[in-house]
Amino acid sequence: MTLSTKPNPAGAGAPARSGAAATDRNASAFSTFVRAREIPVASALVVLVVITAVINSQFLNPQGVKDLLLNATILIIMAAGQSLVIITRNVDLSVGSVLGLVAFGTGSLFNAFPNIPIVVVFLIGMVFGAVLGGINGLLVTAAKVPALVITLGTLYIFRGVLNAWAGGTQYFAGDRPVSFSDLSTETVIGFPIITLIAVFVVVAVAIFMHAVRSGRDLYAIGSDPDAALLFGIPVSRRVLYAFVANGVLTGLAGVLYASRFNSVGATTGDGLELNVVAAAVVGGVAIAGGSGTVYGAAIGALLLTTITSALTAVRVDKFWQQAIVGLLILASIIVDRVASIRRARKLRVSEARDV
Amino acid sequence: MAEQQAPGESVLSLVGAAKSFGPVVALADGTIDIRPGEIHALVGENGAGKSTLVKILAGVHQPDSGDFRVAGELVSFKSPAESKAVGVSVIYQEPTLFPDLTVAENIFIGRQPKGRSGLISRREMRRQARELFARLGVPIDPDRVAEGLSIADQQIIEIAKAISLDAKVLVMDEPTAALSGVEVERLFGVARGLRDKGAGILFISHRFDEVFDLTDRITVMRDGRYISTHDTHTVTIDEIVREMVGRELGALFPKVEAPIGDTVLKVSGLARAGVFSNITFDVKAGEIVALSGLVGAGRTEVARAIFGIDPYDRGTVTLSGRTLAGHSPQAAIAAGIGMVPEDRRKQGLVMDLSVAKNATLTLRKKLARFGLISGKRERAAAEEWSKVLQVKTGSQDYAVSTLSGGNQQKVVIAKWLATEPKLLIVDEPTRGIDVGTKSEVHRLISDLAGRGIAILMISSELPEVLGMADRVLVMHEGRITAELPRSEATAERIMLAATATLEEAAR
Repeated sequence: MTLSTKPNPAGAGAPARSGAAATDRNASAFSTFVRAREIPVASALVVLVVITAVINSQFLNPQGVKDLLLNATILIIMAAGQSLVIITRNVDLSVGSVLGLVAFGTGSLFNAFPNIPIVVVFLIGMVFGAVLGGINGLLVTAAKVPALVITLGTLYIFRGVLNAWAGGTQYFAGDRPVSFSDLSTETVIGFPIITLIAVFVVVAVAIFMHAVRSGRDLYAIGSDPDAALLFGIPVSRRVLYAFVANGVLTGLAGVLYASRFNSVGATTGDGLELNVVAAAVVGGVAIAGGSGTVYGAAIGALLLTTITSALTAVRVDKFWQQAIVGLLILASIIVDRVASIRRARKLRVSEARDV
Repeated sequence: MAEQQAPGESVLSLVGAAKSFGPVVALADGTIDIRPGEIHALVGENGAGKSTLVKILAGVHQPDSGDFRVAGELVSFKSPAESKAVGVSVIYQEPTLFPDLTVAENIFIGRQPKGRSGLISRREMRRQARELFARLGVPIDPDRVAEGLSIADQQIIEIAKAISLDAKVLVMDEPTAALSGVEVERLFGVARGLRDKGAGILFISHRFDEVFDLTDRITVMRDGRYISTHDTHTVTIDEIVREMVGRELGALFPKVEAPIGDTVLKVSGLARAGVFSNITFDVKAGEIVALSGLVGAGRTEVARAIFGIDPYDRGTVTLSGRTLAGHSPQAAIAAGIGMVPEDRRKQGLVMDLSVAKNATLTLRKKLARFGLISGKRERAAAEEWSKVLQVKTGSQDYAVSTLSGGNQQKVVIAKWLATEPKLLIVDEPTRGIDVGTKSEVHRLISDLAGRGIAILMISSELPEVLGMADRVLVMHEGRITAELPRSEATAERIMLAATATLEEAAR
């Protein structure tokens, strides 16, 4: 009544709505596609690659593509793991240190047991990561302290342990079996083997998050933790498992790191956590939880890596590269925020009909 | 239906359940008995313990004592999942949907239909959701996200959830509070359908017309206790209201008659889309005006708009003849308004700071010299007000969190008195304060009015309103539905206006 000057969608009443709903339904598949958070990032990636290739024709030669994929691989796996945690409205900042511990552990293993089967090394690395992730998860769920603070603490603790363990020691690729390093150099139909591993991981995690009940619970928890408790979802257990799974994937990334890079030591993975969180956020995983996909996080990781290579390829000063990455993060957060303010406003006015 | 039921056949019964949170007794005797095939109303004032009782039924809270049976079996739920598993479904006052998930997923979360591969089959989920909505006769798109749905549609989704769970008991906590007439009718149609299929429904509402229209029996609660249960067709609204408020007012409220002066606050035509509309009233110097009504009627929102915390779309606020700029607490404070908020722990005090620092928060500019605050002057100023208000603390340097609720409230009031306000807004001044200290806070408020301060008091406690106020404004769903001078204010009239059965209030 007092609202006559405002648009009032709900005031249209029930009869008018049944017709609208039918149209909604036809439009929904298309609009879901357009609204998906991954679309802007993926388009940005395509535009970036095309423009760079036009300016510098060397950018898309086979070796260039292979380098691009190799550089992105480890970040992709870690972003996939991180997105599990962020979707539950938590965050794991200790992943850089976890990766360092596992990578150095991998180096030590090959050093101590030169003939150890590679599969066993992978298993040990992933279990090691799971244990570290489990420590984070237990602290977050039992202490009820924000994950940001807990994992900031474990970031330093894990790094401190690695410093004490490694000291000045570094292990080099030469200390490891050739077949292990081959994982990062051999290709199958043009893709490096470790990149294929990353793709497999992303697809598996994405299927879990999309079509397994406990995966869907993670979205519910991040969407509204209080409602999830009222609903009877085992919130603590699910969050703990998300941290453990992230640990496993970070462990896997740690082993691959040792395969890909020449040296592993006390500073391995230092600061990597920020790239990982940035990749997930740029890829449309909402930092407030509840939405985003693993595919998005993976595309975000690919975009961040590509942007660095592309800026180098078109000879942009290295100092500007980080600023541009920062702009990208801000842009994706602002896009998110504007969308949610609009939705909230719409909701308030549409509820107004009786007042 | 009712005569075929022997007492032992209740689908859910709770007898003598008690629940305390620390020293606060939320529920002293929670008793309810729901039979299959009935709609049972639970009524009571704000704070009567209804919500606590609902949360016990839902498995959110575990009762400290009492006998709780579902279908004759003793139960003790450790989580909402267990309650749901035996067929108790609860629709809360605030719908608890997951805003980022689709409508279909909100209905089926945790038990999504699986395809042959063992993965969730979205097509099947969508089909079942459509089927549910077809049964309910509502065209909601199962694929849209829940965010942005109207409250009515959210309620429907909660009901669809309950139906798909095959609930034996459906608890609805004020489901109609935000619905329009057509939507309420649709909801009632669904409720009656479920009842006829043998479900037991517990319906909590403040709207008596609905309670009498829909339900078979009514249970009344008051002060955390079970009072009575009636067959709906054997009682009248008046009898129920009397049981809800029936309390001796006694000499608990030392209201002092104060000389009433000029108009201090004048609010005219204040409106905020979706929150309140057409709010017009005034408060005079030395007068205590109570803003009464049910939780969610928009009282706090009006106060926040007057004080400038929230913006408003229309209308004016005038203080002593000067129109206030909207949406600016600084302007409100400068003009002489003080606000004692409902949630004093979060909004009224800085819990970790000392008593002295809290009491002088509003005086920082006056106490500072060259931008630095002198601790000595701060303590002296705090001392002065603490003495006037009789704040009981070991030292001015103790953290304010160490004080009792009543003394904390005095510190909040002291903070504002130091600014020499013309108008003091007090929102639920005695919430969470024990009975003894309550009357001290009341005496204080009465004193302040005696000094010529205009007081706007928001209160959900009827005895407090009746005992303290010179004038009572009653709000319902964002509008003022009654204005009663002290001589005409009775619990019954306020309650009726608060539930918007206006014609009867006028009689």
